[in-house]
Amino acid sequence: MFEILEKKALNPTVIRMTIAAPRVAQKAEPGQFVILRAGDESERLPLTIADFDREKGTVTIIYQIVGAGTMELHSLNVGQCLHDFVGPLGVATHTEGLKKVCVVGGGVGCAIAYPVAKKLQSQGAEVHSIIGFRNSELVILEDEFRQISSELKLMTDDGSRGEKGLVTAALESLIQNGHNYDEVIAIGPLVMMKFVCQVTKKYGIKTMVSMNPIMIDGTGMCGGCRLTVDGETKFACVDGPDFDGHLVDFDEAIARSSMYREQEQHAREASCNLFSKEA
Amino acid sequence: MADMNPKKTPMPSQAPDIRNRNFDEVALGYTYEMAVGEAKRCLGCKHKPCVSACPVGIDIPAFIERIANEDLHGAYEVLSHSTSLPAVCGRVCPQENQCEGKCVRGIKGESVGIGRLERFVADWHREHANEDPVLPAPNGHKVAVIGAGPSGLTCAGDLAKQGYSVTVFEALHVAGGVLSYGIPEFRLPKSIVAEEIEGLKKLGVSIECNTVIGKTLTVDDLFDMGYEALFIGSGAGLPRFMGIPGESLKGVYSANEYLTRINLMKAYKPNSSTPIKRSKKVAVVGGGNVAMDAARCAKRLGADEVYIVYRRGMEELPARREEVEHAQEEGIIFKLLCNPIEVLGDANGDVCGMRCVEMELGEPDASGRRRPVVKDGSEFVLEIDTMIMSIGTSPNPLIRNTTPGLETNRHGCIVVQNEDGLTSREGVYAGGDAVTGAATVILAMGAGKKAAAAIDEYLKSK
Ligand SMILES: Cc1cc2nc3c(=O)[nH]c(=O)nc-3n(C[C@H](O)[C@H](O)[C@H](O)COP(=O)(O)OP(=O)(O)OC[C@H]3O[C@@H](n4cnc5c(N)ncnc54)[C@H](O)[C@@H]3O)c2cc1C
Ligand SMILES: Cc1cc2nc3c(=O)[nH]c(=O)nc-3n(C[C@H](O)[C@H](O)[C@H](O)COP(=O)(O)OP(=O)(O)OC[C@H]3O[C@@H](n4cnc5c(N)ncnc54)[C@H](O)[C@@H]3O)c2cc1C
Ligand code: FES
Repeated sequence: MFEILEKKALNPTVIRMTIAAPRVAQKAEPGQFVILRAGDESERLPLTIADFDREKGTVTIIYQIVGAGTMELHSLNVGQCLHDFVGPLGVATHTEGLKKVCVVGGGVGCAIAYPVAKKLQSQGAEVHSIIGFRNSELVILEDEFRQISSELKLMTDDGSRGEKGLVTAALESLIQNGHNYDEVIAIGPLVMMKFVCQVTKKYGIKTMVSMNPIMIDGTGMCGGCRLTVDGETKFACVDGPDFDGHLVDFDEAIARSSMYREQEQHAREASCNLFSKEA
Repeated sequence: MADMNPKKTPMPSQAPDIRNRNFDEVALGYTYEMAVGEAKRCLGCKHKPCVSACPVGIDIPAFIERIANEDLHGAYEVLSHSTSLPAVCGRVCPQENQCEGKCVRGIKGESVGIGRLERFVADWHREHANEDPVLPAPNGHKVAVIGAGPSGLTCAGDLAKQGYSVTVFEALHVAGGVLSYGIPEFRLPKSIVAEEIEGLKKLGVSIECNTVIGKTLTVDDLFDMGYEALFIGSGAGLPRFMGIPGESLKGVYSANEYLTRINLMKAYKPNSSTPIKRSKKVAVVGGGNVAMDAARCAKRLGADEVYIVYRRGMEELPARREEVEHAQEEGIIFKLLCNPIEVLGDANGDVCGMRCVEMELGEPDASGRRRPVVKDGSEFVLEIDTMIMSIGTSPNPLIRNTTPGLETNRHGCIVVQNEDGLTSREGVYAGGDAVTGAATVILAMGAGKKAAAAIDEYLKSK
């Protein structure tokens, strides 16, 4: 089964977990994701493949505890098994031919951005990274990004670490300092990606974003993950999750992401009670 | 002498105003006495028109005769000779277009309740017999089946019975295909599907869930792993949208998403962690079985008004007649000759209505059905908070995009050379919805069966 081999907190709510899943490890590429179910009655949770080791047959995920599903995942420990683990799903990020790239990550989005940045660097591309967090407590993967980036900007909303400000400000200043990027890769909250795209559009820099709408099957069967890209309906799970950010209808995606807010809130409260009692 | 009562023995069912508030099975099944009585209505015709109308050729008069003689083991044996999922088919086959449609008793009255009898025998067998099947000697050959829907499961079962070592690869976390994720509990209890699948496992079939062919493994990987032949039964699961404005509003679902949330992810259970909209007024667009299922689910989840919106008339509804009748009894409102042209949203992006036009039927089109045309000036707004689109599905591109040399047509369906299901690739067979587009359980099973026979012949002659 899918045994949990390692579990480590990167910050108070972001956890890294390594799982035995040889078949998924064999095919995984940066940008792809898995869908897992913690137990027999659990929801299907989509999570990006943060790292993989084909020889050891392991896949690493990094998740933020945000609601009932991730709390349930978090209740499992090393030595226990996940009930289901399927992947790799989605299309791998295109990295071919890119020489100079700016990778922009926001919050837990940095976990999704890191494997892509690492792959670019290993292919010989010059990587600049901008990683943003609300405050110093929430910073993750700083060392990892530093190792592979020739330029790293760490931003926090409150200035408690790195520079104070938003990732868009850092991006704009790098561009104005004369850096010519082949592409910007932005991964984070929808609002962040939307504003990054507004900046890069101004400068005519191609920008890829990673879209994480609500998913169920992840194989193109339900259409729940649909987005409008360049006026066309796309399914993020099979056509994405990467899309040209200048063509994505972000306002629609933002509206759709709030579809179940109330029910999620109830589930979250119920799980908080459940899992805090157990602890 | 046959019992000449012109009416079928009625099916005991939950009362409509009770069942439309629960997810328990609607039809309760014949009692022993009812089944034996109904079986006696069969004339045992020599020319067996019913058999020729059964896609898997069940010897219908033979199994019914055994029920009449109270030999239920014998009846089950006749059934299992031709079908591996009788408890499913007895419940969901469109009998009125198949066996029962050809029944001689139907000329001057109602046909024999063949589907109900099939269901009775399968249920009786499940409750009374638990002998393990006799396993055939392994013949040393490995076959892979892609997709654990009715076509794949049938193919796997038939091959296992011949001694093949069969592995079924399924993308989802449970087997069953549409039987598990699509058709709701109140029409096909999941425990029955699970037991049919257990039966296959007892035959030695191995089922590997969580494996997406085209992603986790490819068709060519399967050959490299030593499988000598393949059957693709991956269904037609890709939902179509209408392409009208407003389809991305909150509260617009594909029927697949709605039914998957409810059935596969168990949103109908009060303690389920899967969110689903608690709607008041729902419009389901489409007229097939899928639309009826979505509408009846919406009603059961507590919606006050549920509409079936269909662009042709009552006569043209493609759903099984029984489902239409059940839906009507449960209070589903049929808005026929009506077509949506826009979904309307409020300031929050939630659905608040649907702009529709009225239709009338014109000349017959290529399919022989009269083509609906828009009535001038007939626009109106239907007030709803949820819209469920049930206008068809097509095969998923995952396999065709990753399998060089596999021919597909412009609808994305896999092209087969003949009835056996051989594709353009040697050793690769296909059947069910993946080949025909969305069709029926029994046709999918029939295709799985023929392919199993062809695979057997191919491997024996290799
Ligand atoms: C392709 C993809 C890759 C992702 N990668 C990561 C990752 O690497 N790390 C990470 O922490 N998170 C990732 N996510 C988001 C993660 O799946 C959600 O945070 C998780 O499903 C929330 O579940 P919950 O029950 O804990 O929270 P809930 O309370 O149910 O939801 C919290 C928020 O998460 C989102 N969400 C809820 N259910 C789903 C769902 N089934 N699919 C997608 N989003 C959902 C909603 O926007 C919701 O508002 C990814 C999502 C997708 C689609
Ligand atoms: C809601 C609904 C109600 C219906 N009602 C009826 C009815 O009353 N009577 C009737 O006769 N028919 C009915 N049908 C139609 C019937 O269910 C289908 O025709 C039948 O299930 C087709 O069988 P199949 O084996 O071809 O495919 P499916 O049942 O679709 O099974 C295909 C399986 O393959 C899996 N799969 C797909 N792609 C891959 C991949 N790449 N790798 C691995 N696995 C994959 C899928 O997850 C699925 O489990 C209904 C359909 C629906 C959706
Ligand atoms: S998650 Fe169901 S189609 Fe993408």
